[in-house]
Amino acid sequence: MTETTEVNRRTPAQATGALLSVRNIEVVYDKVILVLRGLSLEVPKGAIVALLGANGAGKSTTLKAISGLLKTEDGEVIRGEIVFDGERINGIDPDKIVRRGVFQVMEGRRIISDMTSIENLKLGAFTRTDDGIAGDIDMVFRYFPRLKERTGLAGYLSGGEQQMLAIGRALMARPKMILMDEPSMGLSPLLVKEVFAIISEINRDLGVTILLVEQNARAALSVASHGYIMEQGKVVLDGTAEELRNNEDVKEFYLGGAGDQRKSFKNLKSFKRRKRWL
Amino acid sequence: MNTQLLIQLLINGLVVGTLYGVVAMSFVLIYKATQVVNFAQGELLLVGAWVCWWLLTKYQVPFYLGMPITLVFMFLFGIAIQIVILRPMIGEPIISVIMVTIALSTVFSALMKWMFGVNLQPFPRIFETQNINILGLQVQTVYLMSLAVSLAMMVGMAWFFRLSKYGLAMRATAFNQQVAQSLGISVKSVFAMAWAISATVSAVAGVVVAVVNGVSAGLSAYGVKVFPAAILGGLDSVGGAVLGGIIIGLLENFAHFLDSEYLHWGNLYEIAPFYALIIILMIKPYGLFGTKDIERV
Repeated sequence: MTETTEVNRRTPAQATGALLSVRNIEVVYDKVILVLRGLSLEVPKGAIVALLGANGAGKSTTLKAISGLLKTEDGEVIRGEIVFDGERINGIDPDKIVRRGVFQVMEGRRIISDMTSIENLKLGAFTRTDDGIAGDIDMVFRYFPRLKERTGLAGYLSGGEQQMLAIGRALMARPKMILMDEPSMGLSPLLVKEVFAIISEINRDLGVTILLVEQNARAALSVASHGYIMEQGKVVLDGTAEELRNNEDVKEFYLGGAGDQRKSFKNLKSFKRRKRWL
Repeated sequence: MNTQLLIQLLINGLVVGTLYGVVAMSFVLIYKATQVVNFAQGELLLVGAWVCWWLLTKYQVPFYLGMPITLVFMFLFGIAIQIVILRPMIGEPIISVIMVTIALSTVFSALMKWMFGVNLQPFPRIFETQNINILGLQVQTVYLMSLAVSLAMMVGMAWFFRLSKYGLAMRATAFNQQVAQSLGISVKSVFAMAWAISATVSAVAGVVVAVVNGVSAGLSAYGVKVFPAAILGGLDSVGGAVLGGIIIGLLENFAHFLDSEYLHWGNLYEIAPFYALIIILMIKPYGLFGTKDIERV
């Protein structure tokens, strides 16, 4: 289990020294279902990196492997290693990983609906012992002014407000890195824009490194500097956001409407063949 | 109508009711945080009472020292139960865990009988004056103490859940364990803390009951009494548990009054709470304050 496998991908971060590097991990659920099959990726310090892919590609599993939450779902990293800030973190309990500065905003917000916004924010700062918490609540309200007006239970917030609260809650932990799972889920296009603008603002102002999992490749690539594309538990393509945006295959499969026309199911064979990386 | 008796009984009801409330509260605490229905709650009461009695009678420790020692012991005892017995059960079907608490209850009650005997042991006298005259009514000093202690525990609990960091963590764990973990909360420590606090609070109630009635194995019957109280209030509501306890206490005594003055059926007070429970659950299946999940569609 401890064998260190050579990172066999060209990664932009190798030169600068990555904050997070995931090296050839394999993940199984319930001891039998292999979900990630040798996945590697690197996230440079201070960057926003997008992790894209279709449903079931293993994006969320990747995030949970990093944050340790995999354990709560009977999942396990059986091979490879995850190194954060120079230290190996796979196999550590999720609460200890939060203490090391990695905070996951889970898919579907997962705010605590029977508490108020402020209580949710306070819980975000659970691992902190310093006295800057009150100040940071104000900071969150500066990023998301509309949260301040909603004093009721968080369960009654709109989907967009819940997403904002979830991001705000992550900021409260003052993490070095935020793992964001589908912040665009269930939001209107306008709200998606707003949320992504704030994500990039947070990254810039606070220097928080962000690993962003998204279905909405267009929105994600608009804020990320670098992207990885996953298929069936593996990274099949990576590059700068610019490269990915202009890649024909990415255009066709993830951004939609690649120039000419939509493919019909009759062309499934060609569709499959064109996924040449598989 | 015997008004004097009625008022006396209602005061009894209030005092006993707040005690039920306190025990129900500690019961709800474990249920909320760990989803375990703890059938050994009454035995925690009993253990606390015996430990305090033992310190006071065998070692002549003064009450003001004996009580804190008992509480510290019970706090550690709660942690120990969680770590040794319940932690290995994490992830097992909830029904198995509940069976384990039933086993705990049996083991503890047998152990207590073996160690301390089956006879009622009077508690050493704590107060100089037995009765205090309030508005023409003779109120036992211990009752006043009981009421004061119960209220203090309730206020403390409310503070804990609303304002303290660990109280919030416990609520987060109750809401969803995975979410709690994603916030950096160690679910295992929260479970241990829930048992520790629950055991401590139960012990306070146990000692109070013991001061009033003496200690005997029968004290663990409180564990049964808190079921209607907790369910009445809604299993997951701490405030509801308190109110449920008070309702049960008042109801019991009122039923006792009706029974002794008019009906003469005998022992009506034993079953009245359960009738009330059935009726209330028919109207409000989640209990008076039980939460249905907030769902936005």
